[in-house]
Amino acid sequence: MAVELVFEKKPRILLAVQDSFIMIKRSSTHIIRNTDQLLGTFFQPIMFLVLFASVFGGAISLALPKGVTYLNFLMAGIIVQTVAFGSTTTALAVCNDLQKGIVDRFRSLPMNNLAVVTGHIVSDLFRNTISTIVMLLAGLVIGFRSSASLLDWVAITGILLLFTFAFSWLAAIVGIFAKSVEAVQWLTFIIIFPLTFASSAFTPPEVMGKYLRFFASNQPITHVIEAVRSLMLGMPVGNHVWLAVIWSIGILAVAIPTASLLYSRKTS
Amino acid sequence: MDKTKYVIQAKNLKKSYGANKVLKGININVERGTMLALLGPNGAGKTTTVRILSTLLNFDSGTVKVEGHDIKTDADKVRSVIGLTGQSAAVDELLTGRENLIMMGRLYRLTAKSGKARADELLQEFDLVEAANRPAKTYSGGMRRRLDLAVSLIATPPVIFLDEPTTGLDPRSRLAMWEIIRKLMDRGTTILLTTQYLEEADQLADQIVVIDGGKVIAEGTAKQLKSKIGNDRLELNFADTKNLEAAVKVLGKNVTETDEKEYSVSVAIKDTNKDVRNTLDILAKEKIAITSMTVHKPTLDDVFLSLTGKQKPTKTTKKGAK
Repeated sequence: MAVELVFEKKPRILLAVQDSFIMIKRSSTHIIRNTDQLLGTFFQPIMFLVLFASVFGGAISLALPKGVTYLNFLMAGIIVQTVAFGSTTTALAVCNDLQKGIVDRFRSLPMNNLAVVTGHIVSDLFRNTISTIVMLLAGLVIGFRSSASLLDWVAITGILLLFTFAFSWLAAIVGIFAKSVEAVQWLTFIIIFPLTFASSAFTPPEVMGKYLRFFASNQPITHVIEAVRSLMLGMPVGNHVWLAVIWSIGILAVAIPTASLLYSRKTS
Repeated sequence: MDKTKYVIQAKNLKKSYGANKVLKGININVERGTMLALLGPNGAGKTTTVRILSTLLNFDSGTVKVEGHDIKTDADKVRSVIGLTGQSAAVDELLTGRENLIMMGRLYRLTAKSGKARADELLQEFDLVEAANRPAKTYSGGMRRRLDLAVSLIATPPVIFLDEPTTGLDPRSRLAMWEIIRKLMDRGTTILLTTQYLEEADQLADQIVVIDGGKVIAEGTAKQLKSKIGNDRLELNFADTKNLEAAVKVLGKNVTETDEKEYSVSVAIKDTNKDVRNTLDILAKEKIAITSMTVHKPTLDDVFLSLTGKQKPTKTTKKGAK
């Protein structure tokens, strides 16, 4: 053997962190090489934004507070919706790994196995950040204007990242649970579609029926949207910021252990 | 018993999925630096056994030790000394060959520098230098298997599991794979190989364990097994009864089978080259003309026929499931 092998001599915990970084690099490379998906990352949000703004804008703006344009109202909703649907990528990636032999390879290595999932989730965070920036730029072009200060933007970024991170862990559970890539697609669809539409993303809940309004006003996605929206438009934030943060942390507190447990069950 | 003599030890290994008993008490001992081939048809329990021994699958009862580490309590220690090449080449399709190797090296706890150097060395050795910077999804079947094997060798683990490494490969790729496996053996790697091909086990392994229906039905060296299942045979065809009868007469007790309708005889041969030549010499001397001849090697079917008295089972048991 010509090459001398040198092994890392770090503590276990550092090695586990290193594994996560290796897996993040892997999943990020996937995102860049998967050109079809990459195009979707850019075009889908722009399409949604322009379509919703022009199709519903006229009707819904009647229900909005005075002085708020529908585009300005829509921006927060469409960003959160895009991020929520974007988490499907995590579910697909996790499911794909489990369907193929690669997961056996990882499991036969002395590595931290949850790093495989972490890699997908964190790289998804990168991808969603890019989508969001693209969407904001497109919004600016067609007339979106924000009164947020730099500090507000820091808060918006924090809330969105935390929510995306939490939602991707939920998506990972779907990916672990689903038996095929097709199942992932419809499962995520029937979960995310109602959650994002029965929220304040596209219309104020006030125009909805009694029960729907109750749900739409109190579910986590609405809190995230309202927090982002009020910060963007300089409206009073109320409890939304805190509730958005608490919901996201709550989701993480349940989803991470559940995903870890399911993942190790599924792979043994 | 010398503790380090056997690198892989499985005792009375049992595994079932519900009512389906996949392994019914398998015993396997692989000596250091040797290769053991697990031979059996589809559904015999080969893959399940390998998945258990390589820490991928739980088992119901029995004990397994790899390099002295108990697989139930010390799985991570086991994982640091084994390499696994599964049936479906487990490489990352979107990463290039080199990226695959480097990533797996890092996960085996190699430092970045030595991982890279080792990756280059393996690419060279496995004839993948040209394809090194292409995504693995563009690789041919043979290249993929080579990359897969290279990946499992990245940290030169002393124990390697090869689960049907040549199934589905064309003959040329199969020979190339055998060459690579032989090199591994020359370096003293302990190998457990599973195969459906008797010839593969015969060519490579020191010990063969034949399993069927989750049980070991025979074990020994290739030679010992072959003596149980009979030798190669030479089948000779003639144009008519006259030639056939003359041949039977001169070949005498070497003839194991005569078919008067097809004008053919079978002759048992031990050393293919020598015995075929001798047989032909005898016939030539007597001016007996043959129309065709074939050398038959014992097949897995023959093994099963002679070991179990039945044809190769066709029932498919659930394989090492996810």
